[in-house]
Amino acid sequence: MTDLEKIASQIRRDIIRMVHGAKNGHPGGALGCADLLTLLYFKHMSHHTDFKMNGKGEYVFFLSNGHISAVQYSALARAGYFPIAELATHRKLNSRLQGHPTPHAHLPGVRVASGSLGQGLSVAIGVATGKKLDKDNKLVYVLMGDGEQQEGQVWEAAMYAAHHKIDNLVAFIDCNGQQIDGSTEEVMSLGELQHKYQAFGWEVITVLKGNDIPTLDAAITEAKAKAHKGKPIMVLMHTEMGYPIDFMVGTHKWHGVAPSDAQKNLALAQLPETLGDY
Amino acid sequence: MKKYTFTEKKDTRSGFGDAMTELGRNNPSVVALCADLTGSLKLDDFKQENPERFLQVGIAEANMIGIAAGLAIADKVPFTTTFANFSTSRVYDQIRQSVCYSEKNVKICASHAGLTLGEDGATHQVLEDLGMMKMLPGMTVINPCDYNQTKAATLAIAKHVGPVYLRFGRPVMPIFTAPDQKFEIGKAWMVNEGKDVSIFATGHLVWEAIKAGEILEAQGIDAEIINIHTIKPLDEEAILKSVAKTGCAVSAEEHNKLGGLGESISHVLSCNDPKPLEIVAVQDTFGESGTPDELMKKYGLTAEDIVKATLKVIQRKK
Repeated sequence: MTDLEKIASQIRRDIIRMVHGAKNGHPGGALGCADLLTLLYFKHMSHHTDFKMNGKGEYVFFLSNGHISAVQYSALARAGYFPIAELATHRKLNSRLQGHPTPHAHLPGVRVASGSLGQGLSVAIGVATGKKLDKDNKLVYVLMGDGEQQEGQVWEAAMYAAHHKIDNLVAFIDCNGQQIDGSTEEVMSLGELQHKYQAFGWEVITVLKGNDIPTLDAAITEAKAKAHKGKPIMVLMHTEMGYPIDFMVGTHKWHGVAPSDAQKNLALAQLPETLGDY
Repeated sequence: MKKYTFTEKKDTRSGFGDAMTELGRNNPSVVALCADLTGSLKLDDFKQENPERFLQVGIAEANMIGIAAGLAIADKVPFTTTFANFSTSRVYDQIRQSVCYSEKNVKICASHAGLTLGEDGATHQVLEDLGMMKMLPGMTVINPCDYNQTKAATLAIAKHVGPVYLRFGRPVMPIFTAPDQKFEIGKAWMVNEGKDVSIFATGHLVWEAIKAGEILEAQGIDAEIINIHTIKPLDEEAILKSVAKTGCAVSAEEHNKLGGLGESISHVLSCNDPKPLEIVAVQDTFGESGTPDELMKKYGLTAEDIVKATLKVIQRKK
């Protein structure tokens, strides 16, 4: 295992244990995005764990699909934003690790609340615009869900970003093809997201193996190289919900369900403990 | 009754626009966002002088609120601007999650509020905005009464840290407050001291309250008139002090009776010092097309309506 793969494995263990500990949460999407957050927080973003809200001079990440908070909480804790032991408080009373992330709880690393879908891209555009006004050339990243593309505000933001040439913004869509009620194809088909974003004036990169760290790593490197060239950048990242747990993978059924004790143990047996559990 | 005269009439939105021009020159952190209503919000000068800090978002208000939240993260002071209906009910969840719950320093500036929008009718005449905005934890809600007060309020909210809803309107109204006034958020303004009734008015209804005070004076009634420009945080101390003296109250606003100033005052009185209150407001209906004057008359928001409410509440006191 590479160092990055070790981190991703530990983050996935954290996710399983956090959702199991809270007896509810959203493990499927969180597991599927563990590789992306590992690459961002541990390789591609220069950032300060001594948290400053304004993010001046650093790369900034926004989680728009806030229900997969467990993956961000684990990545932030493992990166050093707050004590790893605090992951045990996830979704419990008086915790800074609310069900959906919020700066209201003053958790270092969280800059805006998300949960009600469709809002993160707009917020990311605002920060990217602030960076342009301040001549700060660091990038802004935002992750959205594919089901989230059904929200109208996303397309308002997509239109704006191209029109105003917000080229210091890299957006990711977690294309796992699943949402609460079933597959995105069944519930509300998304059409060709690649063509849609291209038609809106975005630079689009498609990653077919979004759970393969070297492949995703190369895509992020490509996205960074395409920044500051007049277009916002979209990375369509095809992942598998629940990856790599054999009984969770590829089904919407693990979107918002916590594993039982036995299921937790089965899942953990498939994820090497690399950095020590919290 | 203290005499209030005016030599000029202007719209409150021009007070906003002129303050924005001043802020554009003096505060490099101020960014204006507009949803295809630059002229209506009187932002032409700001736009011309600060093209890089004027963000045209098109007809996409939800996105505008989100971008403003992001700008606030980056230490800017964003002012979002559009009509009051599109500033509130259209984007309530965006304001709730991305601004208030996220504790962002965003100024939501809303023109064409209430019935005095006029001929465009009920789709645009929001009468529920004060209620929606005051229910959001952390939100400050301000509804100034004339050009000068709107200008002063706009300058004041730029210095205040935290989300603010600033409501103003379209019609030209008498300018009767001082041009150099100090605007203190959350501090009521004593328009006229009196002893028989406390009239609490906000926005365009303050001028109607002054006219009502003059009519009442001719009938031997000494009305205390207080301008509640800040709906939240409400100056409870000023309200309770006045009602302790007069023994009854009338509220007046260009808003639904549910959720507005009258409701807030009713809450303060019933929890602290139950005294009779009459609420001059829209009676839980939508508006309609018409001239501002016709609408204010039809929906009972004139000086005469305040006089009637006053006579009634004084009866109830006895």
